[in-house]
Amino acid sequence: MADEPRKPAIGKDEWVATHEERTAGGRRSGLERRWQRIPAVVRLALVVVPAAVMPLFVSSDYVMQVATVTAIYALLALGLNVVVGFAGLLDLGYVAFYGFGAYSFALLSSDQFKVHWPALVTVPLIVVGTALLGFVVALPSRRLLGDYLAIVTLFFGTIFVVLVTNANRITPPWKDGPVDITGGPNGIAGIDQFDLVFFKVETVTQYFYLALAVFTVVVSGLFLLNDSRVGRAWRALREDPLAAELMGMPINRLKLLAFSFGAGIAGLTGTIFAPLQNGVFPSNFDLALLITLYAMVILGGAGSIAGVVIGAVTINVVLEVLRTPEKSRVVFYALVLVALVAWLRPWRLLASVLAGTVAFGFGVHAIAAAAWPEQTAGSPGGPGGWIGDAVDGWMVLLTHPKSGGNAAYGLLLLAICLLTLIRGRWRAAALVPVLYLASFVWENRLVTEPSITRLILLGSLLIALMNVRPQGLLGSARVEIV
Amino acid sequence: MDWYKLVQLLVNGVTLGSIYALIALGFTMVYGTLKLLNFAHGDVFMVGAFIGYFVLQWLGGSAAPTVNIVFLIVLMFVAAMLGCGILGVFIERFAYRPLRNAPRIAPLISALGVAFLLQNSALLIFGAQYRSYDSFDLAGGDLVVRGIHTGPLNVSLIRLITVGSALVLMVLLTLLVKRSRLGKAMRATAYDGEAASMMGIDIDRVIAITFFIGSALAGAAGVMIGLLFSNIYHFMGFYAGLKGFTAAVVGGIGSIPGAVLGGLLIGLGEALAAGYLPQGSTFQDFWVFSLLIVMLLIRPNGLLGKPQLKKV
Repeated sequence: MADEPRKPAIGKDEWVATHEERTAGGRRSGLERRWQRIPAVVRLALVVVPAAVMPLFVSSDYVMQVATVTAIYALLALGLNVVVGFAGLLDLGYVAFYGFGAYSFALLSSDQFKVHWPALVTVPLIVVGTALLGFVVALPSRRLLGDYLAIVTLFFGTIFVVLVTNANRITPPWKDGPVDITGGPNGIAGIDQFDLVFFKVETVTQYFYLALAVFTVVVSGLFLLNDSRVGRAWRALREDPLAAELMGMPINRLKLLAFSFGAGIAGLTGTIFAPLQNGVFPSNFDLALLITLYAMVILGGAGSIAGVVIGAVTINVVLEVLRTPEKSRVVFYALVLVALVAWLRPWRLLASVLAGTVAFGFGVHAIAAAAWPEQTAGSPGGPGGWIGDAVDGWMVLLTHPKSGGNAAYGLLLLAICLLTLIRGRWRAAALVPVLYLASFVWENRLVTEPSITRLILLGSLLIALMNVRPQGLLGSARVEIV
Repeated sequence: MDWYKLVQLLVNGVTLGSIYALIALGFTMVYGTLKLLNFAHGDVFMVGAFIGYFVLQWLGGSAAPTVNIVFLIVLMFVAAMLGCGILGVFIERFAYRPLRNAPRIAPLISALGVAFLLQNSALLIFGAQYRSYDSFDLAGGDLVVRGIHTGPLNVSLIRLITVGSALVLMVLLTLLVKRSRLGKAMRATAYDGEAASMMGIDIDRVIAITFFIGSALAGAAGVMIGLLFSNIYHFMGFYAGLKGFTAAVVGGIGSIPGAVLGGLLIGLGEALAAGYLPQGSTFQDFWVFSLLIVMLLIRPNGLLGKPQLKKV
């Protein structure tokens, strides 16, 4: 930020001195303070009770499935938050722990080895087992910088996928032929229902209540943990490991504890996921999931329980909506609009940018339609919906959108980068063609590739958040890896 | 003892190792100057492989190249190195530089985002299918058939080119870092950026150049992989990047000779594991991972790394 007064750098005395002042001001923190003043139990109830009564009004299985998956994502994000947000460790193998939990559950209650233990027995076993695994993984890098931990865990996450993909044809030394352990790329299907001995969880709605119950327990636990001796020690470790060590905190043990704790929550979540999906496959535990979880934790604000839950719900719902072109159009234009409203002040500037973009679009469309009528005779991709119809007259739609769309996509990335270099009024002026270009890329290319678009948006979200607001929506903490 | 097998595995290992070393070099240089794990480095390598592929296609493909074969290969390398270098500078300028004073986790997450963005942009633009350099057809198969063939030693021309050009690039890099004024500035920035800037070194420029060189090396490695194994695809950078990180850590992160040594070690280890361990080729990643863990346990600073002192 060239034309702003130079802010004191992080870690300098002045920065510490102005900490209160910087975190207190603004509308957002006013809201946050009011939110903080509500008793914790009521806060939890405000989230859980609406969720709990939701199935009474919703009859669609699809919606319940999305809700259950959202709860699972929220649980995963909460576990990751313990490692990344509370203790400030960069854990890039987190998904492997989730996978370990899911696969363990699958092995202990399916026909794979003809073992059918009730969930009431397996779940505690798996949670403890996953936590131990987390302990072992973090052990080699416990004394080292966070960078080593990042590499070891990233590699571990990859190895896990390699192992489960190939563990259907390993020949152990004591056997003659290969043994099928994990089902290889085909995974394990046909998993028992979640069996609580006195009650069997079977329908999606029941899984939703199960996930919600686990969520409530985990959130309460984490809330208490955050204020406990260990929680405070983690925060101290996160803010300054050296100072924490000098204060007599056993930082190695604290790091390992955080790691195991996060892994345990991931394992627990895996045991819900496996029977819900009625199968586990290696592709469930890939890099995309890791990036999604990081986006959730970072968007909500690492270290903040409420923030992480909000991040998980927001991102999962948005990703779900992006699946169909009709709805994803609404999301795309709404997100652009929200971003513009949040950033462009005063409103006159906002209005002129919006009006400029609309006028620019009609101009370009008229010129393009007159000059190259054959090439621009495309129609909106997928079922258009009302926005699609509205866009048809405004946007240049290529007859063969693929190559032109790809080129425009590259150009758009370049344009967005360059836009960050321009300041003041010129930026607002430059925003008009960039917005149009973004819509062009969206309508011509991205809208027809929903699965790739989701991933591209997640990657961009991480970069943009780090540049604009590293602490996320609700986070106030400085997260430092140790 | 099957000498033919052992020698062949060693040759494979050295070839693969020199490619890993090139990736590790860029990674370790960036780590040295910025203390940043550049997760996007592997994906820059992937982009390099694609640039080489498109240059090849543009000049007629490997079956019927329209220009001299030597010129073609040189052009592929130059284009990939230039393209990746510029990409690297761009990534640094727009994803890392604004975060120079942010907490250390911020550029790491940003790097993850860049890696993911590059992968999926490649998926969007190039599609999910494998693409092939068809290097067997290049020069009528001469690249694969000809070479050194004496006793147990069989080295195809393409492997000689790979190892040779990797060696040339490493020597050039060492000369640059040790002998030139720019190299001195790079070492000063790596040692203490703030002090270096007080001595009149434009550290923004030095860091940008470091990224350019590191990414250019990754681009060259991408073309080498394409020539050697023919198949390239959008996700290849992730695994190669992991191996590159591991090579840098094993050799001692931040150390240039360490990166070369680490790369060769990983390459040899992988080739030997593929040849001698049960189901080694399926689980070669697993053996490399074990090597990393063992290394961290017995010599946490890497083979050639110096123990780090903490400053308060």
